Amino acid sequence: MSSGLPRPGVHFMMGNFACVEAAILAGCRFFAGYPITPSSEIFERACVRFPQVGGIAVEMEDEMASVAALIGASYAGAKAMTATSGPGFSLMMENIGLAFIMEAPIVIVNVQRAGPSTGIPTLIGQGDVMQARWGSHGDIETVVYSPSSVQEFFDLTIQAFNTAERLRTPVIVLTDQLVGLMWEKVVIPSPEEVKVVERKIMDARLLSTRLPFDYTVDVNPMPIVGTGCRVNIDSLTHDERGYPTTSQEISEKMLRYLLGKIRNHARELWLYKEFMIDDAEVVVVAYGSTARSALNAVKQARSRGIKAGLLQLITLWPFPSDVIEKVSQHVNALVVPEINFGQLVHPIREYAKCPILEVNWAPGSLIEPNVILDAVGVAAA
Amino acid sequence: MTQVVKARRHPRDSLLRSERLPHIWCPGCGIGIIMAAYADAIEASGIPPEKHVCISGIGCTGRVSGYMHLDSFHTTHGRAIAFATGLSLVRPDLEVTVISGDGDICTIGGNHLIHAARRNVDINVIMVNNFNYGMTGGQHGGTTPLGAKTYTSPYGNFEAPFNIPYLVAAAGASFVARWTTLHVRQLINAMKRMMSVEGFSFIEVISPCPPTFGEFNNFPEALDMMEYFRKYSVIDHNADLSKIGIRLQGEPLVVGNFVDKRRPSYQELVQETIRKAAGRESV
Repeated sequence: MSSGLPRPGVHFMMGNFACVEAAILAGCRFFAGYPITPSSEIFERACVRFPQVGGIAVEMEDEMASVAALIGASYAGAKAMTATSGPGFSLMMENIGLAFIMEAPIVIVNVQRAGPSTGIPTLIGQGDVMQARWGSHGDIETVVYSPSSVQEFFDLTIQAFNTAERLRTPVIVLTDQLVGLMWEKVVIPSPEEVKVVERKIMDARLLSTRLPFDYTVDVNPMPIVGTGCRVNIDSLTHDERGYPTTSQEISEKMLRYLLGKIRNHARELWLYKEFMIDDAEVVVVAYGSTARSALNAVKQARSRGIKAGLLQLITLWPFPSDVIEKVSQHVNALVVPEINFGQLVHPIREYAKCPILEVNWAPGSLIEPNVILDAVGVAAA
Repeated sequence: MTQVVKARRHPRDSLLRSERLPHIWCPGCGIGIIMAAYADAIEASGIPPEKHVCISGIGCTGRVSGYMHLDSFHTTHGRAIAFATGLSLVRPDLEVTVISGDGDICTIGGNHLIHAARRNVDINVIMVNNFNYGMTGGQHGGTTPLGAKTYTSPYGNFEAPFNIPYLVAAAGASFVARWTTLHVRQLINAMKRMMSVEGFSFIEVISPCPPTFGEFNNFPEALDMMEYFRKYSVIDHNADLSKIGIRLQGEPLVVGNFVDKRRPSYQELVQETIRKAAGRESV
């Protein structure tokens, strides 16, 4: 009888399918979804594949319900995920905030399409970068990974679960229509080769010696339902017992703890790739599918004698401030192409030590390499 | 000679986070009665407290979860049923109860309510209906009777309210009841029953709200609406649900255990799907 686990080896696979195989290997066994282009293949494949490994994949009535169900499933002990695109992502903001304050490890995949509003559902966009960080009200921190290939989509989905479990927080995989729907080579490791992180669990015995929310520690262990913990988990600002409070002093303690879980670990969370950076005079900073065009542009620039390089940001949030600072110190300019009208360029500008050339591209297609190449040429001149 | 009697602990104290009391509810509010009934039903259910989960949304009734000494969750406005669905799918062995208000369950959360009933999700939903948004100071919602005055219907409510038992039964619930805070014994029994039903179980509990709803609608004192319940309630388990909408105009206030039927629960069907898929080839 088949174990149902993905077959190790080299596969030719759609990005959205690879994401599901990765989730299975990461230990995810709960999917709650709502169909939306161009992410529906993730949901469809989860409906085929999750039951094969004893997991659950269900369709909810909307995206608010999906994320609410994930948090419930997470507190029941499951690793849980959903997938969506812009309009659904907007609806999820409410309960992403809930997952943050409730410290529920969940994974949300956003296959970005052209926006705003219903936009162009079938075509690419990168317009949700700021929303992924700032979309939910109040002070929250999110961890956001942005893959630019099917292999990266696979690897980062596993990474997203590991980060979520370790920090007890929602993690977002912010990909785009091109990576989601593209068929590409992907190497699937055997289960033994995959590093899987499990959350620390609070048990009733431990609770007799400590409070459930100790705001002086790094990350509190998670009480799971049905194990005798009987802890109150609240969407209201809560004290170290989990009880609602209006104390500004406790509000500060709680928020510093919640935000600190991500801020204090920012350096470990930063993932990025550098291409031909060492002697570069102009560096293109790109993420997602745009990094593919950017690499092509950089290679073309090199062939024309321009010392260009590429910094591909994989972790978009927490923002890799030091990485930008370091790279920008010894170059003449940074070129920042995005399939939007200026989003990640804002924090880049905040930390860059050199001039910045923004390349904005209307959602609907991949940025053509020659457009980035032109900008590199201007920056180098 | 004066005899000093030492106050004993209440028999349900172990089910409450008694260190959090007194609660936040106003004098004359019915939610405390309902919370006590829930505690009694838990005790009577024979299911140990650590196997009960209490989930609420936002609002006055939403505070119940935080007072229950159980695994408890105070979620976002309207989403308690969706939260409970995810939790209960992973742990179908637990007794999951959603307690929240009418605004939370049937107005902002109305979509989740009807879909959970349609799917026959095996959870219990106790909806406390006090005809208005109490926590925010008294605004009208999806259950406010026609003509009722609230801060957002100052000239009288012109929106027809939902007839909730009719709606939930039509959506496919396995158990549907309506009681008032006067019918404590029947309420406890209905709650106990819903904990044994495998399927979507729903109780609407009509409850007084003297300061924000009652004040403007002829029920200003704590006992006014209780007196109304005593005078107009009619127990009819076989009532025609299409005719039990509430007007609060002296018409019969029909209460009872209206629906109690079996069909496979959502959790059972999900487990059946897993059995069907097991061992199928992977990629």
